[in-house]
Amino acid sequence: MKRDVTSLQSETKLIFEHSHEGRTGFQAPPTPDSLPAFELPAELQRKNAPRLPEVAESTAVRHYVNLSTRNHHIDRDFYPLGSCTMKYNPKINDEVAALPGFAGLSPWQPASTVQGALELLGELSDALLEVTGMDNITLQPAAGAQGEFTALLMFRAYHMKKGNVRKRIVIPDSAHGTNPASIVLAGYGVTQLPSDSNGLMDIEALKRTLDEDVAGLMITNPNTIGLFESNIAKIIDLVHDAGGLVYMDGANLNALLGISRPGDMGFDACHINLHKTFSTPHGGGGPGSGPVAIKEKLARHLPVPVLKKNGDLFVWDWNRPDSIGSVHTYYGNFGMHVRALAYIRSLGGNGLHAISENAIINANYLRKKLSPTYQIYIDKPCMHEAVFSGNNQKAKGVRTTDIAKRLLDYGIHPPTVYFPLIVPECLMIEPTESETKETLDEFIEVMQQIDREATETPDLLKHAPYTTPVRRLDEAGAARNLNIRYFDNANA
Amino acid sequence: MRYIPNTPDDRSAMLRDIGVSSFEELLEQVPASLRLNRPLKIADGQSEWQVRRDLTHMSEKNLSAMGHACFMGAGSYDHYVPAAVNALASRSEYVTAYTPYQPEVAQGTLQVIFEFQSMICELFGMPAANASMYDGGTALSEAIAMARAHTKRQRIVWTEAVHPSYRRVAETNNIALGMTFDVAPCPNGSQSNDTISMLLGDDVAALVVQYPNFFGIIDDLKQLVDRAHSHGTLVVFVTDPMAMGLLKSPGQLGADIVVGEGQCLGNYMSYGGPYLGLFAASSELVRLMPGRIVGITKDVDGRRGFVLTLQTREQHIRRDKATSNICTNQGLLATRATFYMSMLGPTGLKDIGVASARRTQYLMKKLEAVPGFSIAHKGVHFREFLLKVPGDARLFFKFMSENGILAGIPLTKFGMTDERGLLVALTETRTLEEMDKYVALATGYATGGMK
Repeated sequence: MKRDVTSLQSETKLIFEHSHEGRTGFQAPPTPDSLPAFELPAELQRKNAPRLPEVAESTAVRHYVNLSTRNHHIDRDFYPLGSCTMKYNPKINDEVAALPGFAGLSPWQPASTVQGALELLGELSDALLEVTGMDNITLQPAAGAQGEFTALLMFRAYHMKKGNVRKRIVIPDSAHGTNPASIVLAGYGVTQLPSDSNGLMDIEALKRTLDEDVAGLMITNPNTIGLFESNIAKIIDLVHDAGGLVYMDGANLNALLGISRPGDMGFDACHINLHKTFSTPHGGGGPGSGPVAIKEKLARHLPVPVLKKNGDLFVWDWNRPDSIGSVHTYYGNFGMHVRALAYIRSLGGNGLHAISENAIINANYLRKKLSPTYQIYIDKPCMHEAVFSGNNQKAKGVRTTDIAKRLLDYGIHPPTVYFPLIVPECLMIEPTESETKETLDEFIEVMQQIDREATETPDLLKHAPYTTPVRRLDEAGAARNLNIRYFDNANA
Repeated sequence: MRYIPNTPDDRSAMLRDIGVSSFEELLEQVPASLRLNRPLKIADGQSEWQVRRDLTHMSEKNLSAMGHACFMGAGSYDHYVPAAVNALASRSEYVTAYTPYQPEVAQGTLQVIFEFQSMICELFGMPAANASMYDGGTALSEAIAMARAHTKRQRIVWTEAVHPSYRRVAETNNIALGMTFDVAPCPNGSQSNDTISMLLGDDVAALVVQYPNFFGIIDDLKQLVDRAHSHGTLVVFVTDPMAMGLLKSPGQLGADIVVGEGQCLGNYMSYGGPYLGLFAASSELVRLMPGRIVGITKDVDGRRGFVLTLQTREQHIRRDKATSNICTNQGLLATRATFYMSMLGPTGLKDIGVASARRTQYLMKKLEAVPGFSIAHKGVHFREFLLKVPGDARLFFKFMSENGILAGIPLTKFGMTDERGLLVALTETRTLEEMDKYVALATGYATGGMK
């Protein structure tokens, strides 16, 4: 018997295992017989067709609908992943991005035929500049990491123009991994500074490292501990005095809308994750969008093309000799730009402020309610996320991984764990403004329950989860016995 | 506020529980001098109806492929997207999930990526593929960084028939690493020429070719690949996935790295994004690959499952030693491509290839016969060709667009000097009527003088 009584766990077939010779889920439009044949010389012809699955449309739909049920997602339940801003993704945004007048545009069309699209990009740019307090912007970067890299290339071009490209970029040890990776790709060395005992940038350490080799500083604000860098103006002055530039990693911008602006703090550049702060869906890993907003002194180095207005007409300006070049083949992830503008229009200026206000209140509510049970890393009001250490539970023999896996049994996605690296057994919780007080109260109860389980039945946690489609997976084994495609021989 | 559930009462209750008397108290770390202290200058929030009305109005100011016959390509193609792709890809389970860092509750996403990798490997005839890059140009950028890391060499040779925009992006993305780039001319539009070989040498990290090439020509590249290998140079193929039902795979031709633009696989043109970069490589390069990779493993009860693997290559683990800085990729587009390819199957892929190629042969033949027009290159064309129009191609485009046809892409758009050149592309969605209308309009344009 092939089918078993339904149980909590199951294996699924691969689409290839549904394949049946002769089936297909597609019919191409007819080609009139009168059209010439396509004659390909024998030496260029493919002998063995690629072994794509052979299934009817109905089989494919059933297969992928079944697979989809094996995912956790925001529309199903709470998803408090720190630094990822898993907020609700409004449905209207997807609908307008799919409008034929947007989805059906070739990127090669002349500007005169896409004025509506360019108007949209202009309005989005203006809104993002108002939110960040910056002077100019590129929407080209397709994700936050590409935004970082784009800004660093602009820093590099700026220093080169001044005659000394410089050698190093400084980051705190609480930085996202993309920061050091982007720095290296931009041709710089990484200087990592330890954070101080308050979880903030250590100003004395910064002073000691600043010299004419330092091209700039990258810092996340609020930082990855969820704290606003209260000395940020001083920090920026120090770097500027040493001739360096300062970049704000905008991963945590959801805390700042209408409250404080990177441009006013003195930053020279920052990126904005439209897929975090501006609600474009994460899509299981992408697409994102990482526009970079900058101060005027960097404007000549913006990637080409740059959107500008000639009278009533929007045009793309390619004639920019000091530009770094292009980081994306076209103009960035346009479909995400449409979604972000729909979101901004839905909320308006006051709504955007309300986003941050509610995100901060929700985070502090969790901080307050959970700190009797879980060790808060820095006991101060936080911004949009609360960072805990699992030290109390570790003392009972239970690791943060175990807490995370047990949360899955309660239908809740775990917080970001083991990041930032400086917090032992870290649990980084970002509830976002989308959640109700009732959801937060439920989460608090679950976290308290898990702590009780850690005391009373620690083994229960160590083997969790029990209710997910599969249980703990052997990740080390996957890397050791690498198996990353269905067919084990190439079929050229 | 329709996306924010907390009411004023909820907020008061929560602030009380937090132990503060106002929201302002929570902002004590933000120095007063850095507070905005005024409302954002962004118009008031709109109802959903207003948002839809206004954005629809904006979209209608554009001239789109939905209302015009689109003959524009160069990496972005007007293929039909089956309804089932849209239906599946609009499921919240795929749309609103994050990167699959908790595999027990992300098996849907992970298995789709595994299937995607498997299909890309099949298309390109390669043993390994990743979960996607941002687009074709950034995929090429990463291929070059990988060739540099593998060979420890700094020079790249590529041909004029490699997409000029991909080249621009790849240069920008690699320039800080000290890479240099030599472009080999392709006077007849073909990459099978001796000048290319002459640029090769023992200091070349990678030779980059496009297949079919930027001008639509299918070059025989076997000798060139062997020549590059004899210098210890890796060969990177920029490949159109839609040609893979017909053409010998890059893997069979000896490619070390294969990249491409995956937009054509079930995704809309959407003014250039979001798209997805395809990336595949030989086995010996797997551990230098950028981006996410999914592998098969077992759970504690012995069930098959899927996880992100070889994560020690990636930035969140390896930081400054990572193979790439990529984190967020184009997951949902790769997901759509997977749905699309599973429905296409080998016959569908081949049928679209043949349908596009036969239309291309037809239009080339017809236009060649129109006085004043000519086809720039000999050679076998797949689904794109370079047309020489009478006078400036931008004027011809304008004339055609006023008559319901997006006729192609003027070469000047790519920074090339040939004002008469127009790159014309066909897909299975172009009809005989549209092609005949194209020819009739071109005939009128030529005889009516150069407008």
